[in-house]
Amino acid sequence: MNLDGVFRREYGRAVSVLVRSLGDIGLAEEVVQDAFVEAVRRWPADGVPPSPAGWLITTARNRAIDRLRREATREERHRQALELLAAERGDEEGEEGVVRDDRLRLIFTCCHPSLAMGVRVALTLRLLGGLTTEEVARAFLVPEPTMAQRLVRAKNKIRDAGIPYRVPYEADLPARLGGVLAVLYLIFNEGYSTVDRPELSAEAIRLGRVLAALMPDEPEVTGLLALMLLSESRRPARVTDDGELVLLPDQDRGRWDRGMVEEGHALVRQCLRRGRPGPYQIQAAINAVHSDAPTTGETDWAQVVALYDQLMVVAPTPVVALNRAVAVAELRGPAEALDLVDALALDRYHLHHSVRGNLLRRLGRPDEAAAAYETALRMATTDADRTVVRRLLDG
Amino acid sequence: MWVVTGCLRKDQAMKQYLLSIYQPDGTPEPEALEPVMRNLDALNKEMRAAGVWVFAAGLHPPETATVLRATGEEVLVTDGPFIEAKEFLGGFTVIRAEDLDAAMEWGRKLAAVLSPLAIEVRPFQ
Repeated sequence: MNLDGVFRREYGRAVSVLVRSLGDIGLAEEVVQDAFVEAVRRWPADGVPPSPAGWLITTARNRAIDRLRREATREERHRQALELLAAERGDEEGEEGVVRDDRLRLIFTCCHPSLAMGVRVALTLRLLGGLTTEEVARAFLVPEPTMAQRLVRAKNKIRDAGIPYRVPYEADLPARLGGVLAVLYLIFNEGYSTVDRPELSAEAIRLGRVLAALMPDEPEVTGLLALMLLSESRRPARVTDDGELVLLPDQDRGRWDRGMVEEGHALVRQCLRRGRPGPYQIQAAINAVHSDAPTTGETDWAQVVALYDQLMVVAPTPVVALNRAVAVAELRGPAEALDLVDALALDRYHLHHSVRGNLLRRLGRPDEAAAAYETALRMATTDADRTVVRRLLDG
Repeated sequence: MWVVTGCLRKDQAMKQYLLSIYQPDGTPEPEALEPVMRNLDALNKEMRAAGVWVFAAGLHPPETATVLRATGEEVLVTDGPFIEAKEFLGGFTVIRAEDLDAAMEWGRKLAAVLSPLAIEVRPFQ
């Protein structure tokens, strides 16, 4: 029984419900962790309950009640939390709908503009994604104590500065949305680039759906959801049975999840009709072009390059330029693409060197290609990425 | 089922926030200052009318400051501000607000009136 997996999946759900009742993130985390400890003790013998989330929430709530009873008389806010918790007791059947709203509240709290961007991502990954502090630290390439301190400071600020636990009022919503979308996409990618974390991508998609339902008039929300679905549709084809990554051109397109592709396409059409394109919608459209092609050879590269040109207008980053160069290589040949790639300041990004290796090899310069792949190997941060690079190097 | 929106508890419902106004060294031109002061006055009235205003004050420039620090029996007296900086605390407003969103909303108005001065929003304990 993989309890770690269950805990990671249910952490955000449980914490968000408890934060609402307790009004304190730190305390909510403590009682949820208590519930996990209890689960580790009981589930192996008793079996996993039919609703692990419900069990964990109920157990955490009872722990909170016990804790607050011991301390309740001292603080008014604890007494009020106690009343709230007691009232919620035995209401697990209604849990699902409430939970959904609670997670949305929590994500707007975690993504509050008074918090630095890096802090928002870290909080969301920790509190909603259920990553351990160590995993969040790894994602940020900082030592664990540094990340632990950063998270504590952020939670203190939320409490002491009075960052509200609610979905923003309508007038503030569009402005607050950009930060939330960026955070969701980072979470999605954490689950997508690390192949053994599909639950993070699923979580990002799930939160994306909630956001899209809440904000049907925001095409970038729809665009992000479409982008995530179209990427996710390829998951069955992008990993071999041995867990190795398969690059887009080599994927068995028959294994793509057609349901997600269809949904993604419909969403792309729906948001582009609004005529307010943004980075997520354009990236979704690029992915839709790929999904349309029965084989790599039949990809409409002219359309892909045109969409990247559009993307460079709204999001002119070196990574976008790198992806554009890959498409240019297909449309106009590797020589032109190599010039573009060499002009980019992306020395520490392993894909930059992988792409160079590929282009150099196609240009009949195998020694330089090998050197580029060697560099890519050094820069890659995950085992899955290193395996891919090694395969390219040997190929 | 309890449906809770917004701030959860009554005792947390109202917090106080310090809106500090940071301004660059030097005296602004009186003719530039005049419309700003008029707008500031209007904002203070708006804050009072909304019931969020607690206190507000402008300060004399930092060279009028004196710093005291006790070491053992002795109190050391220094002429000038505690921190020498290009920008200093020029004044402040204390408001009562439901949460940081509400406080930042008033902070935004203050920043707009005093543009391009920086406004720091900081919660009271």
